[in-house]
Amino acid sequence: MKRVVLLSKHPVIRWVGRVARRRVRRVALITGLFLAWQGTSSYLLAPHAVTLLPAPTSIVVAFIDLLRSGEIVFHVVESLKRVLVAFTLAAVVGVSLGLVMGWWRVLGHLVDPVVEFLRPIPPMAWIPLSILWFGIGDTQNMFIIFLGALFPIVLSTIAAVHGVDRTIVWGALTLGGTRRQILWEIVLPGALPLVVTGLRIGLGAGWMALVAAELVAANSGLGFLIEDSRNLLYTERVLLGMVLIGFLGLAMDQLMRGMQRILVPWGVEFKR
Amino acid sequence: MAQLDIVDVRKVYTLPRDGQRVEALGRIRLSVDQGEFVSLIGPSGCGKSSLLRIIAGLESPEEGQVFFDGARVTDPSPRRGMVFQEYALPPWKTVAANIALGPKFRGLPTAERDRLVKKYVDLVGLRGFESRYPHELSGGMRQRCALARTLANDPDLLLMDEPFAAVDAQTREILQEELLRIWGEHLPPRERKTVLFVTHSIDEAVLLSDRIVVISARPGIIRECFVSPLSRPRSEALRSSPEYLRARDHLWSLVKQEALKAMQQRAAD
Amino acid sequence: MLTRIARFIALPLLLLVIWELISGWSPLSHALRQVLPPPSVVVVDAWQLLMTGELLNHISRSVLRILAGLTAAAVFGISIGLCIGLWALFEDAVDPVIEFLRPIPPPAWIPLGILWFGIGDAQNIFILFLGAFFPIVLNTIAGVRNVDRTLIWAALTLGGAHRQIVREIVIPSAFPLILTGLRIGLGIGWMALVAAELMAARAGLGFLIQSGRYAFLTERVLVGMIVIGLLGLAMDGGMRFLQRRLLPWNVNLQ
Repeated sequence: MKRVVLLSKHPVIRWVGRVARRRVRRVALITGLFLAWQGTSSYLLAPHAVTLLPAPTSIVVAFIDLLRSGEIVFHVVESLKRVLVAFTLAAVVGVSLGLVMGWWRVLGHLVDPVVEFLRPIPPMAWIPLSILWFGIGDTQNMFIIFLGALFPIVLSTIAAVHGVDRTIVWGALTLGGTRRQILWEIVLPGALPLVVTGLRIGLGAGWMALVAAELVAANSGLGFLIEDSRNLLYTERVLLGMVLIGFLGLAMDQLMRGMQRILVPWGVEFKR
Repeated sequence: MAQLDIVDVRKVYTLPRDGQRVEALGRIRLSVDQGEFVSLIGPSGCGKSSLLRIIAGLESPEEGQVFFDGARVTDPSPRRGMVFQEYALPPWKTVAANIALGPKFRGLPTAERDRLVKKYVDLVGLRGFESRYPHELSGGMRQRCALARTLANDPDLLLMDEPFAAVDAQTREILQEELLRIWGEHLPPRERKTVLFVTHSIDEAVLLSDRIVVISARPGIIRECFVSPLSRPRSEALRSSPEYLRARDHLWSLVKQEALKAMQQRAAD
Repeated sequence: MLTRIARFIALPLLLLVIWELISGWSPLSHALRQVLPPPSVVVVDAWQLLMTGELLNHISRSVLRILAGLTAAAVFGISIGLCIGLWALFEDAVDPVIEFLRPIPPPAWIPLGILWFGIGDAQNIFILFLGAFFPIVLNTIAGVRNVDRTLIWAALTLGGAHRQIVREIVIPSAFPLILTGLRIGLGIGWMALVAAELMAARAGLGFLIQSGRYAFLTERVLVGMIVIGLLGLAMDGGMRFLQRRLLPWNVNLQ
């Protein structure tokens, strides 16, 4: 983490001491925040206002309850299942389309306007149309996820193909490589880092789209859980659901980053 | 007949921003014989690199033609190998894989490829680094790898575009000596590869070449073809010999004029 | 030039024609009426909405909301981002909260938003604020952190004091990234607004397409989607234009 040294408040303290102090400070401040929250919800708020901001402890209790009843696992699995299927499809379609559009420029120029026209329409805006088409349930959810993930993947892949270092391609040409050989040996591996980044972004976008879709048109899943809990005024479950959604999204992102490091070890050279 | 004939080549670039046409190379006419080491020197932006890429077949000239061994040059070919300033090494291939790339493109069997890799790894002095990736190597080592992979295709013509510019000064001097050794300075011209070497450094040009071509500021034309008075083999001691210094002074006075012109041009742009 | 335009509209035009023929003039058109009405019907509906003023009403509601929300997100986001980047104490207190809340996507906030604000402008703006806030904060922090150290050192050797350096060096240096953050925030905020309006609004483009769905008027849904897309594109284009005008020295932008 690059820090602008001169702008810290206590520049004279020795390095080790400073880092330790900061860590302690962080933990203290976070704990203080939680305690303030707990106190406010438990003692300061009138009973009916507690539905607006339940105490952290009640969220934990709700978590344990739902865990025991198996509901949490059920909803998480439902959501993850949908994301997995739809994202894989988006990845396959998106990367193939992106590669074709990136490599064969004429085709790319032809299809590009269609992509550029559909892209600005956010996946959420597709929800009513998709309900008219597919009704409520898995198919509709997965359709929305697919749309959410597709565009970042296609765009990143096209950029990846175009962005392969020109001098490396030149080098391969002077070594006598044919067009096909260069595609296999140079362009595909060269595009890989950015393609994987596109997949990571696509997964994030797909997850967000899933939540929106499940809010409106599902009978299971985390999005359904929080909307349903809202209707029943179980605010602690709403908050619990939100935290889980956030946590799972983060976990999947970290997973993708890990895969990026394994698949693309030379990506160290390239900045994100 | 000369091996390489550059006949009335002109190069014009169109600036993407405003469509302005810039003449990078004026009329260039040059002949190079087999086994010659020719350097191209001149100010920045005078089209030296463009000329090299035209000879390589990576770019095409506005006018004029290039002939290699009697045949017209239109496309890149492994017979005209090129070494780039930025190495141009795919970072996902090991040193060995990079050196084997040309042979792989040509469809040679694995055993043959391995033999070539071993031969050229030894030649450029990268033994022990075959499994390393480019980002694990120093600049000088990367350039050795780039040189090895170009040589592994056994080209007749070696085009070198400021190959040592991105390397620190000390490594640079070492690589210069290595290059002469690898090129086969001691061999008769018929058994050596022809080298066309672009550089900013007059010292480098004088030390390495048989002939030095001075290119003018934009539009680049040949200012002078200077035949080196130095004998081969070249050695460290030559750097302070009177012939060396005279050659250097003469060339610098030419290049300096062109460099000043180029600076004024840039300011006017 | 003309060939470029021709190539650009070639495929979309072809698809539109095919769509019109299959959906409007073929034996399938009766069945397709609900699923995908032909472009002609969509255009007619759009025209009607425009004439009754309904369309403009919804558009202005949504646009007003995005302006309000984005402004709020910009004000809060940039100030908090600057404070986090410049003051360690502030960073320690606030950064963990941001890192904790950030992974929660804006749609996930919608139920809570409805509980807190009910249905209407406040909830919509709240959700879009959340969508825009995090990219703005993150990019502002990055902008501050990525200030070229050598520029600061140079300023120090010229005798600059803390406050002066922040004003003269850090903030201008961070400006390009801050603008990028605003552009990204606008994009995500627009998306979040549409989602919020789908569920909890009585006017606006998100409400329009939802109402179209309830009334089984697919053409209305399509009109809404197209307008949402066009507006989003226009706003993004506007931001890019702003970026280019305000930052002439920054040729290599994201």
